[in-house]
Amino acid sequence: MDIDVNKVAMLARIRLTDDEAAELGPQLSGILGYIETLSEVDTEGVAATAHPHDAAMPLRANVVTNTNRRDELQASAPKTESGLYVVPKVIE
Amino acid sequence: MSWEVVIGLEVHCQINTRTKAFCGCSTEFGAEPNTQTCPVCLGMPGQLPVLNTVAVDKSILTGLAIDARINLESRFDRKNYFYPDLPKGYQISQFAVPIVEGGYIDIPTRDGEKRIGVTRIHMEEDAGKSMHEGLEAVSHIDLNRSGVPLMEIVSEPDMRSADEAIAYLKQLHQLIRFLDVSDADMEKGQFRCDANVSVRHPGEPFGTRTELKNMNSFRFIKQAIDFEMMRQIEVIEDGGEVVQESRLWDSVKNESRSMRSKEEAHDYRYFPEPDLPPLRVSQAEVDAIRAGMPELPGQLRKRFEVEFGLSPYDADVLSQTRELSGWYESLVAAHPADPKRCANWMANELLGRLKETGQDIKNSPVSAESLAGLLDRIADNTISGKIAKDVLDLMMASGADADTIIEEKGLKQVTDSGAIDAAIKAVMDANPEQVADYRAGKDKLMGFFVGQVMKASKGQANPGMVNQRLKELLK
Amino acid sequence: MPFSSLSEIKSRLDAGETSAAEVARLYLDRIAAHNELLNAFVYIDSKHVMDQAEASDRYRAGHEARPLEGLPIAVKDIFCTRDGPTQCCSNILKGFHAPYDAQVITLLKEAGAILVGKTNMDEFAMGSSTETSAFGICRNPWDTDAIPGGSSGGSAAAVAAALTPAALGTDTGGSIRQPASVCGITGLKPTYGRVSRRGIIAFASSLDQAGPMTRTVRDAAMITAAISGHDSRDATSVNDAPAIDWLGACDATDMKGVKIGRPKEYFVDGMDAGVRNSVDAALAQCKELGAEIIDISLPHTGYAVAAYYVIAPSEASANLSRYDGVRFGHRCDNPDDLLDMYTRSRDEGFGSEVKRRILTGAFALSSGYYDAYYLKAQKVRTLVQQDFIKAFEKVDIIATPTSPITAFKLGEKSDDPLTMYLSDIFTIAVNLAGLPGLSQPCGFANDMPVGLQWIAPAWREDVLLGAAAAYEHATDWHTRTPSGFGGES
Repeated sequence: MDIDVNKVAMLARIRLTDDEAAELGPQLSGILGYIETLSEVDTEGVAATAHPHDAAMPLRANVVTNTNRRDELQASAPKTESGLYVVPKVIE
Repeated sequence: MSWEVVIGLEVHCQINTRTKAFCGCSTEFGAEPNTQTCPVCLGMPGQLPVLNTVAVDKSILTGLAIDARINLESRFDRKNYFYPDLPKGYQISQFAVPIVEGGYIDIPTRDGEKRIGVTRIHMEEDAGKSMHEGLEAVSHIDLNRSGVPLMEIVSEPDMRSADEAIAYLKQLHQLIRFLDVSDADMEKGQFRCDANVSVRHPGEPFGTRTELKNMNSFRFIKQAIDFEMMRQIEVIEDGGEVVQESRLWDSVKNESRSMRSKEEAHDYRYFPEPDLPPLRVSQAEVDAIRAGMPELPGQLRKRFEVEFGLSPYDADVLSQTRELSGWYESLVAAHPADPKRCANWMANELLGRLKETGQDIKNSPVSAESLAGLLDRIADNTISGKIAKDVLDLMMASGADADTIIEEKGLKQVTDSGAIDAAIKAVMDANPEQVADYRAGKDKLMGFFVGQVMKASKGQANPGMVNQRLKELLK
Repeated sequence: MPFSSLSEIKSRLDAGETSAAEVARLYLDRIAAHNELLNAFVYIDSKHVMDQAEASDRYRAGHEARPLEGLPIAVKDIFCTRDGPTQCCSNILKGFHAPYDAQVITLLKEAGAILVGKTNMDEFAMGSSTETSAFGICRNPWDTDAIPGGSSGGSAAAVAAALTPAALGTDTGGSIRQPASVCGITGLKPTYGRVSRRGIIAFASSLDQAGPMTRTVRDAAMITAAISGHDSRDATSVNDAPAIDWLGACDATDMKGVKIGRPKEYFVDGMDAGVRNSVDAALAQCKELGAEIIDISLPHTGYAVAAYYVIAPSEASANLSRYDGVRFGHRCDNPDDLLDMYTRSRDEGFGSEVKRRILTGAFALSSGYYDAYYLKAQKVRTLVQQDFIKAFEKVDIIATPTSPITAFKLGEKSDDPLTMYLSDIFTIAVNLAGLPGLSQPCGFANDMPVGLQWIAPAWREDVLLGAAAAYEHATDWHTRTPSGFGGES
């Protein structure tokens, strides 16, 4: 199958050089070709499994447990200013 | 050929939990940037979400209040897109199987009540805030709001005018505040609306719709819908086609503009959130929430009209919020003789005074019991209604009860017939011409005499007795 | 070898024959001597290790020893730790210090363990050879030109070369069992939900599970007992998992009455003949120990890898979106604009295998392909799970080779992703079904170790440990050590 590698790379926000795109294209096609063997399986009426066990979601109490740890949590941030994360301008 | 606008609304409202949807951070509004964040809502490596139980309960309550179906098993999905205020690069949202499906809200229209379908209510997490103002080449990101729980309430495309859309939003706004599931403060962004708008000739299939985003006041929503309707009609009448797109309402320029460039790249790649197993609630839990559900505004309004004989207007005013209706019922309980008097005094006198001083019923200096004490004194003729208004002013200012004020100020009504007769005689002596005219058949002068006597008694004479004695003495 | 097992160190410490500091020093010396060649560790803070060991000795002097008191355990670079960097062997997390410990790290500390350092791995656990690590390849102690397996290759190599007596790995599609197999050690992947995933950097959330890599079955049980348990802050951590007598299960010395299933789909043409012979010999041994060998079929096995390579990359594509250069991790220099910041930071930060998986996942989930890829794979996952449920109606446990081949040479498959993916063919179904699996050494082929894989029903790690312990009791494969890393230290 032919896939538009650049379009998918854009969705995933990964820059690809032309060389990378040229290499990845056939690789992904190969992988997806293999994956397509799934179409041989008869899955009529089969439920989809998203979680390995049939368990229900546990819930959390509506109680504040966190205190302000801003300095510690921003220690590994690439760029901050007055406690705000700084990014190149977001154009709306 | 006439045109018809078709509107469907998506409302995002913040569920008023103490903590965020998936972590133990506070949701308190107005904190210093990023001080209400933790590794979970910052999307740090290896951190996992655990859902807030109250967010679930409040979503179910809302569903029950619009007579919807509660899905005993619902689930969360990941909605993938990149944005600096979306820490994980995906939003956790109930896409495929929401917790609530298929309800309705009745709205008042000029032609009577109209039923607007609600397709679904699903839970999701909010994103943070991006700030650009006053910044040159950068934006600032505050993630205090990241992970705050939201309900998205999606209507059917059942509205046919901007007025209907506003009526629906107002009903919904009132309802969720009434249920105490959201503070729904529009200025704080706790109640946000997107509108899907299309136009058609009546009877024809739906036209292509556009989605209007970024609307945070009823006024803007109405303007934006009207603008969009006219824009679409113009496009079609000029031989063009409406393009399915998102449009951003600019409340300064009073126009919408296309966000297509941004939307084009969107492919949200929804899939089941693997960090969260399905959400299961039991019928017993749903029943318990139903049992704890307060009487809703519509039900209250009807009961107030039937049980207490209130006018539709008073019934509506007093069923606006749970605080108001609760206050009113306490008032009636303390002054059961005359629920209509209770309604008049609460709706007109008390609320009016509170409004003037920028207060509301929650922090009223006069309690329901205290107001009932005042109404009791009107009922037993201790004071007149007019004097009672002055007493209420004093009660508002001092917080003292009615009896204390009546006693201290000597406002007790004069019911001594001797004193009243004396006052009447003095008035008659001072106004012989009027007495003669009255006796000659000028009945209208009765008002004049009553006024004079009341004035002479500084308002304290019982008006009923004054009337009665005047009629006798003027014969 | 300095010590034969974690259990041996424990009894020597309990007997007062050695101290935690002495043990730690010994292993630090071995790391200093051999890690340059093997590159099994990507981070070591010797002083911090000695501090912990000395603290443990002091604790022991005044208290009853905790279950893992003074025992050195290395952890894969995927576990977040407050101490030292946590980088997932990726440039995108280069220099990242987690402001929290993973739940399993907390539990290891509470049990008295000494955390030795961070071991090498495939970047974000995506690989089967540890060749995708951004911090250099890792070598197999049995043949330093061969791969140590992956993704927990550093942990496997470190244990095999006795640079640490035990290590933690994670297993998404075989990443504990396959490197354990090719390095000749024991590796246990617990039932999904047995061990908290909180603080473990996510690869594929519905498949990931942490577990021990050790020299013996009992060692694996000791560590699993310490790290398992419900975590209220991981919604997939199960809180009603049946309790297990972890150590008691390891007392088994025979296999009387045990019904072992031998799935025909795991003994196929194309697999290494030596591997097949070793595993069949192991099964013959089990029969001698009293087991009954029953031929079974797991018919959807052949589709497990394809389903896995939809599900795992799809989940990964979302899990790795958080590495965007905003709040932590790598950001490119002087981005032109926001889009440039995203695309260039992620281009620079991620290696080619990670990019391949992210793109595969993004594609499988994209509009128009979801049903044919993702949804289909989820349905096949159901069928794979049902295969096991049906099989366990007939047998107590399933035995298979862990890997169809022994360790291949470094670089041999790195240009061919698909062939690399197929080396996980025997381990992946276990993750799809959420079952517990264990690999233990069962012989040699091509002078390299061969692994025997045991698969048990969900929550029956006791069955897994019992079979493996009985087999281990009857054999000495687990005592073999690679030359050059033996008792010379």
